[in-house]
Amino acid sequence: MGISLSERFDALTKEKKKLLIPYIMAGMDDSWLDIVEAVIDAGADAVEIGLPFSDPILDGETIQEAGLLSLANGTTAFSVFAELAKRSLQVPLVVMTYYNIVAHSGHERFAGEAAAAGITGSIVPDLSLEEVGDWQDVARSHGIDSVLLVAPSTPHERTREICARSKGFVYAVARMGVTGEQGALSDDVHGVVSKIRAVPSPPICVGIGVSTPEQAFDVSREADGVIVGSALVRKILDGEGAQGAHAFVSSLREAIDR
Amino acid sequence: MWTMDPLIGVEVEMVDNAEMMMGTPDDDGRFGSFGGRFVPEPLIPACLELEAAFKDAWGDPVFVEEYESILHDFGGRPTPITFCRRLSEDLGISLYLKREDLAHTGSHKINNVIGQALLTRRMGKHKMIAETGAGQHGVASATAAALLGLECTVYMGELDTQRQELNVFRMELLGATVVPVTSGSKTLKDAVNEAMRTWVTQVDDTHYCLGSVMGPHPFPWMVREFQRVIGDEAALQSKELGIGTPDYVVACIGGGSNAAGMFAGFADSTAQLIGVEASGGAAITSGSPGVLHGMRSQLIQDDQGQISEAHSISAGLDYPGIGPEHAHLADIGRARYEQAGDDEVLEALQLLASREGIIPALEPAHGLAWILREAGRGIPKGSSVLLNMSGRGDKDVAQVLSILKGRP
Ligand SMILES: Cc1ncc(COP(=O)(O)O)c(C=O)c1O
Repeated sequence: MGISLSERFDALTKEKKKLLIPYIMAGMDDSWLDIVEAVIDAGADAVEIGLPFSDPILDGETIQEAGLLSLANGTTAFSVFAELAKRSLQVPLVVMTYYNIVAHSGHERFAGEAAAAGITGSIVPDLSLEEVGDWQDVARSHGIDSVLLVAPSTPHERTREICARSKGFVYAVARMGVTGEQGALSDDVHGVVSKIRAVPSPPICVGIGVSTPEQAFDVSREADGVIVGSALVRKILDGEGAQGAHAFVSSLREAIDR
Repeated sequence: MWTMDPLIGVEVEMVDNAEMMMGTPDDDGRFGSFGGRFVPEPLIPACLELEAAFKDAWGDPVFVEEYESILHDFGGRPTPITFCRRLSEDLGISLYLKREDLAHTGSHKINNVIGQALLTRRMGKHKMIAETGAGQHGVASATAAALLGLECTVYMGELDTQRQELNVFRMELLGATVVPVTSGSKTLKDAVNEAMRTWVTQVDDTHYCLGSVMGPHPFPWMVREFQRVIGDEAALQSKELGIGTPDYVVACIGGGSNAAGMFAGFADSTAQLIGVEASGGAAITSGSPGVLHGMRSQLIQDDQGQISEAHSISAGLDYPGIGPEHAHLADIGRARYEQAGDDEVLEALQLLASREGIIPALEPAHGLAWILREAGRGIPKGSSVLLNMSGRGDKDVAQVLSILKGRP
C-alpha cells in the first residue's frame, strides 16, 4: 500500500525540510519505471506520475510531446497502475492527469486501482474548486489526497477556500501559462506564495516552469517545496535516461537543501 | 406575463425560467447533468469575469441596442425565410430555409462574434483570440475585430490552414494574424487547446472569442444567447408568413451554435427539433459522456477516454464534441439528433443548387440530406419543415469541384 502524501509532507515540513517533487510522464519511455526509481534515489520526496491525455490544455510542448509518445506506446491508466504495483516505491506517488481519464473509468474504479498501485495523491487540473467535490470524496475513501491549484489570478477569498480543500499540499502555479521550461522565474512566484501564506494551508509547493537548480533554490526560499516537470521530461526525451534523471534531480535536491 | 423582446421588438410571452425549455443554466453552468466549468484554476477568474460581464451587458438595453444595430446595418439582419417551391413539390412537404447564408461573412457566425467583440470592448480588453476549423469563425472574428478596432489572432490547425488557404488569406486581409497549430492532430480540437493555452498567458487584455456553444460556462449559454436572434426572428417570420409553427425545425451540428440559436426560438413550441451531425463526428448518436474543453458533454472517445478525431466532408462539423445544452436536450427528449453521411450531403448540395438556385455550405447540406432522406418516410407528407441554412457554399466550391471531378 502507498505512503500517505499528507502525513509524509506534514512530517517533512515540520522538520523544516524542503519538498522535491519531480514529474515523469508514465510510459513515455520503456525505462520510465527505472527513471522513477532513479529520481527517488536522488532525493525526491514524492513523484508525480503523469498519465497521458489526448488534449492536455495545461501542458506546453515538452509534456505534450512526452504524452504523445506515451499514447503511441499504448499507455493507459490501468497499464500504468499495473506496472507501478510491481515495484515497491518508498515515497508517496501523485497521479497527474486530466479529468476525462478519471471520469471515463469511473471514480470508484480509478481510485481503487490507483490506490492498489500505491498512489496516494492526485492532481487533476481541470477539476476546479466547484467541480472537484465528487472526485475528492471518492479519492479520500481510498486514501488518495486531492491536490488543488492556486494561480496568480486567484483572488484572496477563493485562495482561502482552495487551500482549505486542498489535501497533501497546495499546488502554487508559478506563472500564468502552461507547463514548459523557462530561462527565468516569473515575478508571479512571490505573489502567489505570499497570497497562500496569508491563509491556512497544507504545505505550498510551486510548479510550472521551474527549470534549473538555481530556480529551484530561489523558489524553496519562499515555498515549502518545488515541482519540476518539463525540464526533467526534456532530459528524458533527449535520451539521458535514468542516469541523466538521477544527476539532474540530485542537483535539484542539493540546491533546495542549500 | 408579456414583455418586449429586445431583439425582435415585439411583445412575446415571458415564460418562467424554471419551466422554460432553453432557459439559463444553473449557477455552475449546468444544463441538466451537462456543462459546467472544467478548466484549470488560472482560467477560472477569467470565466467568472466573463460571466459577470455578459450578464450585465445582456441586461443593458444600450448594449443590446448596439448589438442589434450592428447586426442590422453591418450584418444584414434580419435574414429572410425562403420557401423552396420546386423541392417542396418534389418531396411532398413544405420546405423553408432560414437564410443565414445571406448574413455578412456568409454564415450565422457573425451573430456571435459581434456580441463577443462588443463584450471584449466593454470589459476593457483590446485583443481577441479565436479558434477556427474551416475558417468561417476565424473570418467572422477577424471581421468583428476590424469593425471594432480590436487586435485579432486566430488559431487554426496546420492541416486546416492548408485545406482552407483562401480563408487564411481572408483573415489576413481583415488584419488578423493566423497561427497554424502543430500540436496533437493539427485540427480544430487542437486549435481550441492552443487558444486556451494562449488565453491563460494573456487573460488581462485578451478575450477568447469561442466559436460555438461549447467550452466552460458561460460560453455555451452566452453563444446561444448571441445566436438566438436566428430562432427569435424565424419564429416571428413563420407567423407572419402564415407557416405558423413549423412541424420540424432542422439544423446541422458542429459544436451546435446555429442549431442552438434556431432551437431557442422554438423550444417552447410544438415543433420537433432535429439536429443533424456528420456521421464521422456524431457526438450524440455515436459518443459517450466525457469532459473536454471545459465542459461535460457527449464526446467521441476511445475506450480509455482519449478523444478521437472527427472526420467528415465538412471541416465545420469536424468536432468530436457537442455543446452541453444539446446533450441535455437529447437527454430529456426535447430535441432529436440524426446523422448524415458525406455522399448524401454532396447530393443534397447539388440538388439545392440546381433546383432552387442556392449553393449551400456543406454544413447545412447535412440538414438538407436528412430531410431528403426522410421526406415522406419519417417526415409525413404535407409537413412544414424549416431548415437553418447556416451558411453559403462559396467556401466549399473548390473542394466540391475536386471531389466531383476526382470521382470515377
Ligand atoms: C456554415 C456553417 N454551419 C455550421 C457550422 C457548425 O458550427 P455550429 O454547429 O456551431 O453552428 C459551421 C462551422 O464552421 C459553418 O461554417
